Amino acid sequence: MNAQANDAALTATSNSPERYYTYGYLDEQTKRMIRRAILKAVAIPGYQVPFGSREMPVPYGWGTGGIQLTAAIIGPDDVYKCIDQGADDTTNAVSIRRFFAKVADVATTEDTAEATIIQSRHRIPEHPLKDGQIMVFQVPQPEPLRGLEPREMETRAMHAYEEYGLQYVSLYENVSAFGRIAATAGYPVMVDERYLMSPSPIPKFDNPKLHNSHALMLFGAGREKRIYAIPPHTTVRSLDFEDYPFETQKWEESCALCAADDSYLDEVVLDDQGQRMFVCSDSHYCSDRRAQGFRGPMAGHELVDIDKGAGQ
Amino acid sequence: MTMTAHQETIDQADQPLLRVRNLSKHYGMITGCRDVSFEMRPGEVLGIVGESGSGKTTLLNCLSGRLPPSQGRVEFNASRHGLVDIYDLSEPDRRRMQREDWGFVHQNPRDGLRMRVSGGANVAEPLMNLGRRHYGDMRQASLDWLNRVELDLSRIDDKPRTYSGGMQQRVQIARNLIHAPRLVFMDEPTGGLDVSVQARLLDLMRELVRDLGLAAILVTHDMAVARLMADRLMVMKSGAVVETGLTDQVLDDPQHPYTQLLVSSVLQI
Amino acid sequence: MQQSKHNGQAPSIRVTNLKKQFTLHNQGSIEIPVFESLNLEVAPGECVVFVGDSGIGKSTLMRTIYGNYLASGGCVEVQHDGAYVDITKASPHMVAAVRRRSMGYVSQFLRVIPRISTIDLVIEPLLGNGVDPEEAKSRAVSLLRSLRLPEALWSLPPATFSGGEQQRVNIARSFIREYPVLLLDEPTASLDATNRETVVALIKAALDKGAAMIGIFHDQDVRDAVATRHFDVSSFKMDMESAA
Ligand SMILES: [Zn+2]
Repeated sequence: MNAQANDAALTATSNSPERYYTYGYLDEQTKRMIRRAILKAVAIPGYQVPFGSREMPVPYGWGTGGIQLTAAIIGPDDVYKCIDQGADDTTNAVSIRRFFAKVADVATTEDTAEATIIQSRHRIPEHPLKDGQIMVFQVPQPEPLRGLEPREMETRAMHAYEEYGLQYVSLYENVSAFGRIAATAGYPVMVDERYLMSPSPIPKFDNPKLHNSHALMLFGAGREKRIYAIPPHTTVRSLDFEDYPFETQKWEESCALCAADDSYLDEVVLDDQGQRMFVCSDSHYCSDRRAQGFRGPMAGHELVDIDKGAGQ
Repeated sequence: MTMTAHQETIDQADQPLLRVRNLSKHYGMITGCRDVSFEMRPGEVLGIVGESGSGKTTLLNCLSGRLPPSQGRVEFNASRHGLVDIYDLSEPDRRRMQREDWGFVHQNPRDGLRMRVSGGANVAEPLMNLGRRHYGDMRQASLDWLNRVELDLSRIDDKPRTYSGGMQQRVQIARNLIHAPRLVFMDEPTGGLDVSVQARLLDLMRELVRDLGLAAILVTHDMAVARLMADRLMVMKSGAVVETGLTDQVLDDPQHPYTQLLVSSVLQI
Repeated sequence: MQQSKHNGQAPSIRVTNLKKQFTLHNQGSIEIPVFESLNLEVAPGECVVFVGDSGIGKSTLMRTIYGNYLASGGCVEVQHDGAYVDITKASPHMVAAVRRRSMGYVSQFLRVIPRISTIDLVIEPLLGNGVDPEEAKSRAVSLLRSLRLPEALWSLPPATFSGGEQQRVNIARSFIREYPVLLLDEPTASLDATNRETVVALIKAALDKGAAMIGIFHDQDVRDAVATRHFDVSSFKMDMESAA
């Protein structure tokens, strides 16, 4: 973690009169507390570590858990990327990126390969992650069993004693109702064959990226006050049945803009007549491919142009 | 050689399924139950009878691992551990033993069912808890059991809250038998039901207990239920066992004043 | 009176110094004396018929031997797996085992169990002792035939049957297993003459095979046909004074 090494050097900057807040927004005590929680989370992959979540300048549900994680690990040498549903340019992603540019003096980027810390809501970038990178996930509900077992004492016992039959009940219900495991996001995984974990509401398309990842994965739930982690090169298995094996989403289409057939696609409705197209959810991946010369059937059209065209 | 084999057979048959010794539970100065000792064999149905406040519920909770007794031992012949005091087991071992070897049918099905998941999933869950991971097999087992408890199979995917009380209780019974437990606890299993529904459920339970050779501990205040279901009775009053014996003997020739009162009040109905 | 071919064998039932009284705790602890100092032995092949006025305690004695009533004193030893078991002191498990394998009881009334068909009810005692279901079924069929129970009834639960029909189911259920000891409490009470004769034949066949029986028969013809000995319960009647 860059932050720890840099803290001492930063003390002067942090206390300089121009700055009315501590470096990285959180006070040093809080950051130490969060780092301790992170270390414990890394030591016990998939285990939910309680932490003293602080009030943040954004409401719960806007990523307070992820922001606190980032604030605790970030240092001036970091390069920060923030995405919301795969896009770098949504209001939420832009505000959080600006926030850290301001409070942590870091460079920001949209380029996955260039980033050292990638904060995300609901996606893992398509570009393969590498050693030294850290993914920070914003988590609304850290407890995968909560929907089926409301009692906290009971879910804690289930984790402690590795009693995960209940999670299969939800998969069972899925197959009974839809003839397949229809859950698409927040699909539960076993980490290191020990702890059941919710991977945050990423699409199950991204689940395989958690397995043996080169990057460190950190998960923060602000409202629920929990931190958990998947260290690099950890076994992560998506739950399934012998006769209903885990499958990711597949599309018959490829990206309308960059022709990618290996990325997670969002459906975009073009007009009232039901015209639609599929484009990469990872906006940087898509533009990067287009810059490399890959062209889909709608290439050359920016979404704005298409909207205009459809309106005429 | 044959002697040894024969000896083992005898030892197996003599091995109690449950052995309770001098069990007491105090709540501060108040006695929940005191100095209860008994043994149960595989395939035996033991009725614990008494009025409310007699200590039968406290005793049931102590026996079923939910309430550590103040004194005494509760030894169960667990499939993984042999005859062992259930309170000497570590908590994960005890919970696993409870999942594998026991069932518990609550008086109120809401306490024993997950109301947010379908009847079918409720019945299949114990298999998932034991590590079964083949959906098709579990679905079939669930169907078989719902059929066995005479539930309309078209309702398998409905939530239990849409079922009648009698149907909920049937689902609860299926859920507690599907994993072939060695011992099932039943706490007033027909208590909350209408009389006609009660009678049908009792018939069903009696059939299942007989067909499966099930060992069960049945807590009830209803002597008619006790007579129909239990091989043997323990009568409780003020936390103590005042009389035990074969069901027909206790009910036809009760010795203790309290048992005579219980039996005669049934006759007056 | 019949003669047993099994004379000289050790008794199957040995009742010694048996005493029975009832105490009604909730009615001022009244003591109701029944009998005391009662001794009785029944050998294989014997059918001992209890006699005495009604209300003298014939049925109480039989129930005490079966363990349905608890003895107030003395003992009731029954041959079980080659040894005597004292019913008055044995554990409930042991009494249940004796009843399952060694000592049957035929009462006047069938304890009707809802929803179980007649044929299943009849074979139940065999299945409980591990007999093959097909073999059990064929024995049940021949018994029900000999008792002239209409075949249409076999698959129905006996709850709605007439008294005589239920009685025949009860008899089939009791004779399907060859209990070494059999207690018969008015088994022919509601039967017509033809069926009574069938029951007499069943009893005689069982005696020939060495069963030890105790019977209470209202019907003089049946009594005369099966009894090897009479036993007068009234001679052991307890005085009010000696009831303690
Ligand atoms: Zn694309």
